Amino acid sequence: MSDARSSILTKLRATRDAHPLPPPASDFAPIEAKRWPPEERLPRIRRLMEAVHTEFIDATEADWPVVLREFLAREGVESLLYAPATEAGKRLVEGWESAANPTLIPYDRPLEDLKPQLFESIEAGFTTTRGAIAETGSLILWPTAEEPRTLSLVPHIHIALLRTDALYDTFLQAMREQGWAQAMPTNVLLVSGPSKTADIEQTLAYGVHGPKRLVVLVVHP
Amino acid sequence: MDGNAPDFAAASRAALADPQLRGNFRRAMDGLMSKRAAQFADAGEWTGVRALAASVRLRALSKLPELLEKLEETCTRNGITVHWAATTDEANAIALDILHRVDAKLVVKGKSMVTEEMHLNAVLEKDGIEVLESDLGEYIVQLDGTMPSHIIMPAIHLNTKQIAHLFKRKIKDAESREDAAYLTDLARRVLRAKFQAADVGMSGVNAAVAETGTLCLIENEGNGRMCTTVPPVHIAFMGLEKVVEKLEDVPPVISLLPRSATGQPITTYVNMISGPRKDGEKDGPREVHLVILDNGRSSIYADPELRDTLRCIRCGACMNHCPVYTKVGGHAYEAPYPGPIGKILVPQIEGLAKRGAMPHACTMCNACVEICPVKIPIVEIMGRLRVEAVKPGGAVKDGGAKASRTEAMVWSGWAAMNASPTAYRVATLAMSKLGNAAPSSLPLLKEWTNVRTKPRFAGRTLHDLARAKGVPDV
Ligand code: SF4
Repeated sequence: MSDARSSILTKLRATRDAHPLPPPASDFAPIEAKRWPPEERLPRIRRLMEAVHTEFIDATEADWPVVLREFLAREGVESLLYAPATEAGKRLVEGWESAANPTLIPYDRPLEDLKPQLFESIEAGFTTTRGAIAETGSLILWPTAEEPRTLSLVPHIHIALLRTDALYDTFLQAMREQGWAQAMPTNVLLVSGPSKTADIEQTLAYGVHGPKRLVVLVVHP
Repeated sequence: MDGNAPDFAAASRAALADPQLRGNFRRAMDGLMSKRAAQFADAGEWTGVRALAASVRLRALSKLPELLEKLEETCTRNGITVHWAATTDEANAIALDILHRVDAKLVVKGKSMVTEEMHLNAVLEKDGIEVLESDLGEYIVQLDGTMPSHIIMPAIHLNTKQIAHLFKRKIKDAESREDAAYLTDLARRVLRAKFQAADVGMSGVNAAVAETGTLCLIENEGNGRMCTTVPPVHIAFMGLEKVVEKLEDVPPVISLLPRSATGQPITTYVNMISGPRKDGEKDGPREVHLVILDNGRSSIYADPELRDTLRCIRCGACMNHCPVYTKVGGHAYEAPYPGPIGKILVPQIEGLAKRGAMPHACTMCNACVEICPVKIPIVEIMGRLRVEAVKPGGAVKDGGAKASRTEAMVWSGWAAMNASPTAYRVATLAMSKLGNAAPSSLPLLKEWTNVRTKPRFAGRTLHDLARAKGVPDV
């Protein structure tokens, strides 16, 4: 429909030029002014995300795989999908094979080969994050070839690893400091809780299409 | 009123006579208004971010043709196929072409107002393609065989009991339970099977970034992510005004949209898509298409005053605060966009012959203008449309279509009365002495008193009272 293209653009250009609209300046200061002392960022993220039913567990760099295993055992989770080629994925499998642990399923195939299992039986998915945002209580997810998008979408429980060295005040700040505009990946996500809806008479219900539970595994230095 | 034109007055009368509907809206809108107010408790922050968001939208409009070209270029570089449609028919044809090429049988859709404008579902169904709305509210409305009554909460006109009843009738094995959690879970089960099986996913676009070729989509449920990630093909639809210049322009819009819409600091998911699945990636659609729709927008753009209509970020806050919308509900408008934004957008898209009544459904109270996060002068534009509806030769399609000899006579009578002190005195005196004696069943008065208390005229005119206080009369 290239006819449509040229007629639309020609009309827009001609009418705009006949009545020009000077581009206004954009003052980003009101967003840049949103600042929290570094030690307040994590508590704020936690408070905002807990208010929408996100769960938090604390761990350290040394013990997070063990802390996660214990959590899954406690919750009776029987299967965990993970990204085997990521650093975190490699750490996760170390020492996993003890009988009481949930079954680890590597996301090592295209979605098409994993679909039935992904939709019908896998209970939890494990991903890393690229940090979190204090203003709104949001995790930054940066899916890659190694860590696919559906890991954080289809399983009923999404477990997200958050390192405390990448906490930002605002979405704008995260975007600027991480240089997003230079190289956007196929998909970037902000995730601020488990899936929810209020479409039935304004009553909040969790887990409508995406994960029913969002668990943030905070790794302290 | 021509035969096909929606009759706003008749539809409003029906809505006003339905206490259930009025109750559902009243409760919902009161809740949304107070949640929104809590989000903007800091007046300085609101003023600053609002000015920023308005500038982002205005700047995009000031460079609209260049930004659309740039968007096409960056999207194409990212592997997204860009299509242009001057009319909804063209947009539907583009969609059908893609669907036929991939031999699609089942389509899942995220929420998209543009596809409502296109009546896309009806077109696909006619073609034998199953199309399923996956936003819970849209799904409910689709099951009910009606249309959305609010742009953010499509099923706000129904209560839990009504939805439970609908699910029981329409979904196999549904239990009769008036419980939002149960009903949500039931929909989850039905729709998960569809996401898995769908050949194509469709979505709208909240903002498209020219700089990076990125489609931003915000939502709470995860159905938008499902539709844009799981099926092998994704088709996104946007009105041509949805473009923004830079990636940095997204945060101000995202900051205001959910706060204005539902009073949430942010939606659960902010989804930014910059291309189809790349080599080596394991999921995501293999094809992503972007359909850019005009459908009258370039004509709106052509007029320097009406152009502001295109700043809208579709937050729905103006509906939640509109005294007319909150009384009659969204269906009375019989339009894809109801409420204040609908009253200015729909007549411009569809013309004043069909939609000339919409701009009149307004008390000019300015509530919508006060809360609009991008400062659209809705009421001014409404006034302009009222004038154009009765005066041929303006910029809007079918200008003058509502010209009425009786109305013109009434107004010239009104003007004459106000221009003559004697006539004015006689008329106001008559009102104050006889007005209260008029029975509420009188024509015209009846329209008001059917659903409201009859107004009481003061025993003395304003001029009288002023004179008594020593204010000299003129
Ligand atoms: S006109 Fe303003 S308040 Fe209404 S939907 Fe658009 S942006 Fe929101």
